[in-house]
Order: sequence, then structure tokens, then C-alpha cells
Amino acid sequence: MNEKILEIDDLTVSFDGFKALNHLNFSLDIGELRVIIGPNGAGKTTFLDIITGKTKPTEGQVRFKGRNLRPYAEHQIAQMGVGRKFQTPRVYLNLTPRENLEIACNRQKTVIHTLFRKTLNAERRTVVGLLETIGLSHKADMKANLLSHGEKQWLEIGMLVAQSPDLLLVDEPVAGLTDEETEKTGELLLSLAESHSIIVIEHDMEFVRQIAKGTVTVLHQGSVLCEGTIDEVQTDPRVVEVYLGQEIHTNGPVNLEDTAELLGVLEGS
Amino acid sequence: MAVDTLVQSRGVDLAKRRSLLIEIAIVAAIALFLIFALPWLISAFRLNLMGRFLALAIVALGIDLIWGFTGLLSLGHGIFFTIGGYALAMHLKLPQPPGSGLPEFMSLYGGTELPWFWRPFYSAPFSLFAIAVIPAVIAGILGYVIFRNRIRGVYFSILTQAATIIFFNFFNGQQKLFNGTNGLTDFRSVFGLPVKDNRTQYILYIVTILFVILAYAVCRWLTSGRFGRLLVAIRDDESRVRFTGYNPTGFKILVFAVSGALAGIAGALYTLQSGIVSPNTMNIAFSIEMVIWVAVGGRATLVGAILGAVLVNLAKSLLSEQFPDFWLFFQGGLFLLVVLLLPSGLIGWLRTSGVDLYKQLTGQTRLSTYPSLEEDPEVEYERKNIGD
Repeated sequence: MNEKILEIDDLTVSFDGFKALNHLNFSLDIGELRVIIGPNGAGKTTFLDIITGKTKPTEGQVRFKGRNLRPYAEHQIAQMGVGRKFQTPRVYLNLTPRENLEIACNRQKTVIHTLFRKTLNAERRTVVGLLETIGLSHKADMKANLLSHGEKQWLEIGMLVAQSPDLLLVDEPVAGLTDEETEKTGELLLSLAESHSIIVIEHDMEFVRQIAKGTVTVLHQGSVLCEGTIDEVQTDPRVVEVYLGQEIHTNGPVNLEDTAELLGVLEGS
Repeated sequence: MAVDTLVQSRGVDLAKRRSLLIEIAIVAAIALFLIFALPWLISAFRLNLMGRFLALAIVALGIDLIWGFTGLLSLGHGIFFTIGGYALAMHLKLPQPPGSGLPEFMSLYGGTELPWFWRPFYSAPFSLFAIAVIPAVIAGILGYVIFRNRIRGVYFSILTQAATIIFFNFFNGQQKLFNGTNGLTDFRSVFGLPVKDNRTQYILYIVTILFVILAYAVCRWLTSGRFGRLLVAIRDDESRVRFTGYNPTGFKILVFAVSGALAGIAGALYTLQSGIVSPNTMNIAFSIEMVIWVAVGGRATLVGAILGAVLVNLAKSLLSEQFPDFWLFFQGGLFLLVVLLLPSGLIGWLRTSGVDLYKQLTGQTRLSTYPSLEEDPEVEYERKNIGD
């Protein structure tokens, strides 16, 4: 058994009685790339909010490298080694990609250090290397708001890596990308997986197939519905029902669960 | 690769040093003009006004730092400005040597003993220190409470406004402590020089210019480099900054405190040149005026803050001499005009459209199909290697 980087025990988060996460258990090995899928409203983003400290658990706890994260604020958790990429690319649009990366790369993130210490040559070199990796070397010194959507996504992934985290949390990295860009993003994530633990949240099943070499976790209504390889998960009847039910929901007024319930009631009588 | 980068960064450093030298030369030239040429061109009265406007430019720099760069719209800089003024005025009002009597207004209102917090102001070094430090500490405490609780945006502005009202009422109501609504005035001498003398006022004018340069240099240092970029990052996306591992609270408190200190220095210099400090400068309208100067000059451009403060106040004094009832309408109109037509202020406009206009006038136009194309390195690369 590998050592765990992230353990979540019996986690519940409720907002005014609504349980966004419901007795959720989860763990991640060091060096693992895990994909989390689930229909809309399954609690995927809340799940990331909890790990990064944006939301605090109502019950249960999250342990990162064995430490309970509850008492720590977002920036402290980030300093411990959790990096997060948001659903929509969040880069600093008025700065250049190079400056974006330099901000993330800064080792000592205190006021005094940021103000008085010069950028180290080692950091500069890291930034140049990263620009190369994410393919933005030739656009390093123009404002980030001139970048395309895909380039912003990569820049944000680059910023994560610049933080040198141990755990990367990536929320829908290919939303709104072209097929070519999607594939490139997949390759980028796979190469990062060689040296980091990664959790990817994704909707796009084709993309999930590309990157999910190990376990896939399915979330549904705030708890883990099932875990397994991508093939196991896709043929699991519960998963099919959840996704199918969702689809029928969105396509028309028919509701599978209600129908089933109704049938059961009819049969019972 | 690594060698490449180092060479490149050295080249960048050289270019930076050159532009820095040019900037220093320009600043020095303007300062020399203001100090040596302007007194010949305008009357002593106008020169005194100019000195006041330059003092206001210092508080505008502070507003630019906190609003333009960090994105926090403070409507409470009147507090820091006025407290800076009071810190100096209290020293000037105390009869020297210590213990030789009370400031005249105190005995007028039946005071018999000097309040304890007036005592330190017998000391000139303490008073000079207090001009910047008391506003900075107040801003720091206010900032700590506000930023720690993650209060942002319009709520920050409302809180600073509320603070302004509290301070105004305090100073306005304390007849015995601060001479209430009349404020402190009628200063006789400042560090041995008669205040109302033209020569003293000229010296104060020069001191003000030196402080503008100093304030500009401090702001320039803060806003360039990594710290400045982090301020912009906080302005544009604060929670991203948190998830990158920075705690924005400390950065915001520091900037707010520095900005408050600048306002305090501005207030003291203004008080010396106008001869009075009163709670009047703590009203909300004045704090909003400061914001207008920066908006007119151009947010997040330090030169814009200075230019905006001087130009708007120049217009104010000229217009209100000609049409005394007209100024407020003009000021409102000016603000509307800037918001609608020049959202990035005069300097912002000069940097974008101004450059285009200049090129058009000098015939250096290049036909552009799409604006962002001009800045796309890929397009540039193709132009260079394949042709237009």
C-alpha cells in the first residue's frame, strides 16, 4: 500500500441544510492521477473548495500529508503544497505570462520578501523552462489578456506548477477548448503526473479516457457512487442510471426515479 | 538555454537602466523649472497656490497607490490628510518653551491645563515624525480590521466613508481639545521662520516639490517590480492570489498605511501653505475630490495622479475666480466626461490614442486590420520572415 497524500473521512458540508457533500470518503496515493466525474450538482467544485480551504467542513476532516487542514487558511494550504486550477482560466490579465509565472514561482510569499528580495536567477530559469513547457515562450512578454482561451488555460496550469505543489487540483481543464488543444492539455497533464499527485475533475468523457490510466471516482449527490477503472465505471449500472437520469431530466419532463417509484407503488397495490 | 536567458536579462537590465536615467532626467528638469523658472513667471500668490496643489498631488499619489494599483477605492483619505495637518499645527500652536502657557483658543474656552496628548507635540522631531506615522498607524489599524475580515469593493468604500464621518464629528465637536470647527490657524513661525513671509513660503514651495519627488520615487519603487505586480494581481483577482499561496491582507495593510502616510505629509505641507487646518478637509466631498483628481489624471499611472491633482485644482481656482458659483457644476461635468470618454484618464488616453494621433500627424501610420494583430508576436515573426 502506498502512502496517502490526501485522506478524507466522513466529510459532510451543508449550506443552510443543503448537503453539498454527504458522508464522503476519499483517499489519494502519492503520485496518483485521479479523475473525478459526476453529473452537475454532484459536489465536485465543493469538493475542491474543501481541500483548498475555501469552505470549511461541517463534519469530518480532510488530511493532507497526514495533517488536518481545518485550522489553515487558503494561502497556508497553498504553501503546504496544494495547487488549484479553476474552471475558467484565472490568470492576471494585466500582467504578462512571464510575470504571472514569477508571482507563482516566488518561494517566500511574505510582504517583506516580495518587496525587498530580488528575483533569483534560479527562479528566472524555472520561469523560462515553464514558458517552454506550456508553449508560451514567444508570447512571454505580452499582456495575458491577449492570449487565446487555450493559452490562458495552459498559463494557469503553468502557474500551478510554478508553485511547486505536491498535489494539483485541476477543475475542468478542457472546457471550451478545441480538440487539438484538448489533446495537448491531456499530454501536459500526463507529463505532470510523473512528478505530482493530481486530481482532475472533468465532464468530457473522451478526455477522461485519454488521461485516466488508473482509478476514476464518480461523485453523485455529494458522496462517492463508485470507483474503478474507466471501463468498469462506464459499465456500472448505477453510473449509467445517474447519467441517463440526468440526461432525461434535461431533455424532457420525464423523471426516471419518479416513474420507477410510481411503478413500484402501482405494483404494490 | 540558461546562458541565453542570462544574456537576455542583462540586455533587459541595461534597457531598464537607460529608461530609468531618462526618467530621472525628466523629473529633475521639471523640478528645476518649478523651482527656478516658475517664480519669475508668476506672482507670489500664484506660486503659493501652486505649492498647495503640489501638496495635494502627494495625497493623489497615495490614492493612486491604493485605488489605481490595489483596487481599493478609499473615500477616507481626508482623515489622514487632516490628521497630518493637525499634527504639525499642534506643534506650531504650542507656545515655546514648554510650560509657558496654553494655545490661545484653549484659555478662551476655559481650559486651564494642557491635555496630555498635546504634550509630545512640544518636540519638533516628534511632530515631524507624527505627521506621517499617526496617519499610517490609523490606516494600518483600520486596514487590519477591514482586510482581515475580507471586506472588499464597495463595502470598503462605505466603511472608509463612515470613518470619515466619525473623525469629522470628533474633531468638529471637541472645542476645548482642537478648537472645533474653527480648526487651528494663525501660525506665527515655523522652525524659527515667520510663516507668512514670502521667503518662507518659497522655501515651503521647494520643500513641497522635494516631497512630491520623494513620494513619486517611493510609489515608483513600490509599484514596479514584483511587489507592484502583486498589487495588480490582488486588484484583478484576489482569491487567485490566495490560492497561489500569498496572504493579501498584509500587502493591503502595508499599501493602505503608506498611502495614509503620504496623505498625512500632504496635509502638513498644505496646512503650512494655506495657514489653516480645520475639520473641513475631513468632509466626504473633499475625499471624493481626491479620487476625481486621480480619475482625471489616469488611474494606475503615477504621473497621472500628480497631473490630475495639479490640473483640476488649477482649473478650480481659475474658474472659481471667474465664476464663483460655477465650479461645482464644472467638477461634476468633468467627472462625468472622464468616466464616459476617458476611462483611463488623461495619461491613459495619451498612452493609447495619443500615440496614434501623434503618428497620424507625423505620417507614420501603418495600416492595421485588427488592433491586437499589431501586438501578436506570431504576426510580427511572419512579417519579418515572410513579408507583409
